[in-house]
Amino acid sequence: MSALKDPIAGTRPDAEAPAVAEQGAPAPRPRRRRTRVGRIVTIAALTLIAVVFVYPFVWLVSASFKPRGEVFDNRLIPETFTLENYLQVWQEAPLGLWLLNTVIVTALAAGAVTISSAMVAWAFAFYRFRGRGPLFALVLGSMMLPGAVTMIPTFLIWNSLGAVNTLTPMWAHNLFGSAFYIFLLRQFMLSLPRDLFDAARVDGANPWQVFWRIALPLSRPALAVTVVFEVQAVWTDLMRALIYLRDSANFTIPRGLKALVDNFGFGGEWHWEILITASVITTIPMIILFFVAQKHIIEGVAAGGVKG
Amino acid sequence: MTTVASAGAAPTRAPRRRRGGARENRAALLFLAPWLIGFAVFTAWPLIYSAYLSLTDYDVINDPSFVGFDNYAELFSDPKVSTALGNTLFFTAVQVPLYVAVSLALALLLARAGRASGFFRTVFFLPKMTPPVAVGILFLLLFNGQSGLINTSLGWVGIDGPSWTTDPAWVKPGLVIMSLWTVGSSVLILLAALRGVPEELYESARLDGAGAWRQFFSVTLPMISPAVFFIVVVNTIAGLQTFDEAYTAFFGAGNTTYGNDAALFYVIYLFQQAFQFLNMGYASAMAWLLFVVIMIVTAIQAIVSRRLVHYEGGSR
Repeated sequence: MSALKDPIAGTRPDAEAPAVAEQGAPAPRPRRRRTRVGRIVTIAALTLIAVVFVYPFVWLVSASFKPRGEVFDNRLIPETFTLENYLQVWQEAPLGLWLLNTVIVTALAAGAVTISSAMVAWAFAFYRFRGRGPLFALVLGSMMLPGAVTMIPTFLIWNSLGAVNTLTPMWAHNLFGSAFYIFLLRQFMLSLPRDLFDAARVDGANPWQVFWRIALPLSRPALAVTVVFEVQAVWTDLMRALIYLRDSANFTIPRGLKALVDNFGFGGEWHWEILITASVITTIPMIILFFVAQKHIIEGVAAGGVKG
Repeated sequence: MTTVASAGAAPTRAPRRRRGGARENRAALLFLAPWLIGFAVFTAWPLIYSAYLSLTDYDVINDPSFVGFDNYAELFSDPKVSTALGNTLFFTAVQVPLYVAVSLALALLLARAGRASGFFRTVFFLPKMTPPVAVGILFLLLFNGQSGLINTSLGWVGIDGPSWTTDPAWVKPGLVIMSLWTVGSSVLILLAALRGVPEELYESARLDGAGAWRQFFSVTLPMISPAVFFIVVVNTIAGLQTFDEAYTAFFGAGNTTYGNDAALFYVIYLFQQAFQFLNMGYASAMAWLLFVVIMIVTAIQAIVSRRLVHYEGGSR
């Protein structure tokens, strides 16, 4: 039942063969030498690929400090270093406001989806109610549905509620849980010791207390995965923002960036320096989040994927 | 685990269980409420309404007027639909195999990297954290004319790069290359799967005289095939719904289209029909066609996978 934990437990990348192999072998046999050479080749190849992965970032950051005419000069260290682009972006676009909007939407969305999905997952993990099997199949089935099919009626719902051009449609549907997270959290909750919950019930805890005080704190690792995934998804959500947000005052980052592309790109002469600098500014919060939550993200992806 | 426990406890607690059962059902309902409401409002109703809308002309301002299957008939005569569908299928068919091959190669390398693998995992995942809109901007920059980084680099090795962003033949290959930058998450999934392959299998394969290739095809690949299948399916579905990067790089927010139709993916055209031209009925019909296409493609993959995907035991 520890289906969720297995892949993680198996992912002890750093405490593997190498350490043992290096210390423990007194007789240097030819096979071992071949693996050592192999390892050096592997690391060299990975380093080369890593450069390809990171270079566009470095290039982007470096270009954001170059004056307008030199953006395409592929020198890594700008010939003339300037902060002009940052000042200009700040004047041209309400980036601070867009960041704030995005933070609000992201926090509400991630908070809402985590708690609601955990509630539903808890029902499926703990209770044995009538129709549990078919209902869970329905949850899984709804995961397969392409968003395009429900997109238009969902827009019409929010439209009839007068919520278009507000931030509400960007997160409020998350109050009702999301199939993928329900699945992920249920898997995790199934691996928790059931005795604990029964004991709490015997001690007089009501169902909500069992969930809120015991199940939820114990599920923290899985909840962290949910939060991180949803933050990533909402932070980068373009289509919903295109559909629901009209005034630049309530744009989110992706919508704002798209507006910049329209104004300073397709609109006429390309102002690459503005697009580059805005991209850098808006990417940085995600990169910071990534470094803070790195462990959860990486293990979460591995766990979520294998089980999916 | 849970079912076994309940079956064991049932006979002794039969009389009390029934009352507890009703209470249990009520408590369960409380916890299920968010999803039940959400499913009704944001899934079930939209499905029904979308099916209805697809049979109407609807511009949001005036009431829907029933037109029968006209929208569906029009789908098949609209050249833009076939262009968009063709673009999307071509993109997905090229992108998915490359994506899987690249992530498998990286995962295999990482699995052999020992202590350093943690660092490289982090590096490979980084692009995943870049907003797709920024990736779209990056695409325009890196692939730009002769001065972009890609063609400049190609120039160093004596290759005269194509004009990726304007030549219809090169737009989609460019986007495929761009998308390979974000293989990070599937690399992690495959790496976890690779770590799950029991070492004994390799040992006995070696004893049987299997070389590296033989071990890969007879042990590694079958053992990680569920993870590979998962990545193929998820990526195919995502590929068929490609939007963000291509829309950012080639299409404007108004009614204007800056790019050429080479980047007109299906969901982009659907979005334009629904929210720029306000043809909600037609767009709904398009959505259902997409649904059918995704179902067919997924079903084909599931059938093919039955021969190729190896599931260990029955419990997983």
